[in-house]
Amino acid sequence: MKSPSMPSASLTGRVAAVFIGLALAFAVHAQGNLEIDTPAISALRKAMQQRHAQLAPLYASGAVGIAADGTVSLRDAAAVPLAQRAQANAAVAAENADRAALYREIARANGHPEWEGEVRRTFAQRWLDRAQPGWWVQQGASWSRK
Amino acid sequence: MYREDGMNPAARWLFAAALVASTAACVTINIYFPAAAAEKAADRIIDEVWQLREGAGSAPVTPPAAGGTK
Repeated sequence: MKSPSMPSASLTGRVAAVFIGLALAFAVHAQGNLEIDTPAISALRKAMQQRHAQLAPLYASGAVGIAADGTVSLRDAAAVPLAQRAQANAAVAAENADRAALYREIARANGHPEWEGEVRRTFAQRWLDRAQPGWWVQQGASWSRK
Repeated sequence: MYREDGMNPAARWLFAAALVASTAACVTINIYFPAAAAEKAADRIIDEVWQLREGAGSAPVTPPAAGGTK
């Protein structure tokens, strides 16, 4: 039945090699990048970037800290003048809403809504790692100044 | 040298096997959470939101004309 001709076998080998190569290339690509450029995600990124101007002084004063769960937290309201406290609260709430939406949208944009929790955990770790010196960060349940 | 047409049954079988294998590879990749890719994505977004790496001048969105809101 089979004709064990060498040229054909080597052709088969080549075809298989090409396919395995393509699969690997795709794997590397898929592993290398998550989709974060959808309109929804871009809008959230932009909103968060603009809000950062308002939040940065609050991070620096210690009023707001980088929480362990991928959110920000008003940890010392007394550090904010009373007149600005409502604004600070609103900024924190808006930021956390955007962050929750961001994690959800990234998971969804990549076809795996169930990844939301892992996306959140990954971001939480990176926010903490990259917080600037002087900012307050939460490790476990306790807060410390970076 | 090689005949592209008229693949012998063994070649065709291997071809099919390779196809199945590559498809399976794609599925496998997407089942597991791509932690390294997620970290890269997080860093990209954090750079942008916190406007880090300003020295490189690579800020994708420059908000200079956004003054005077409210």
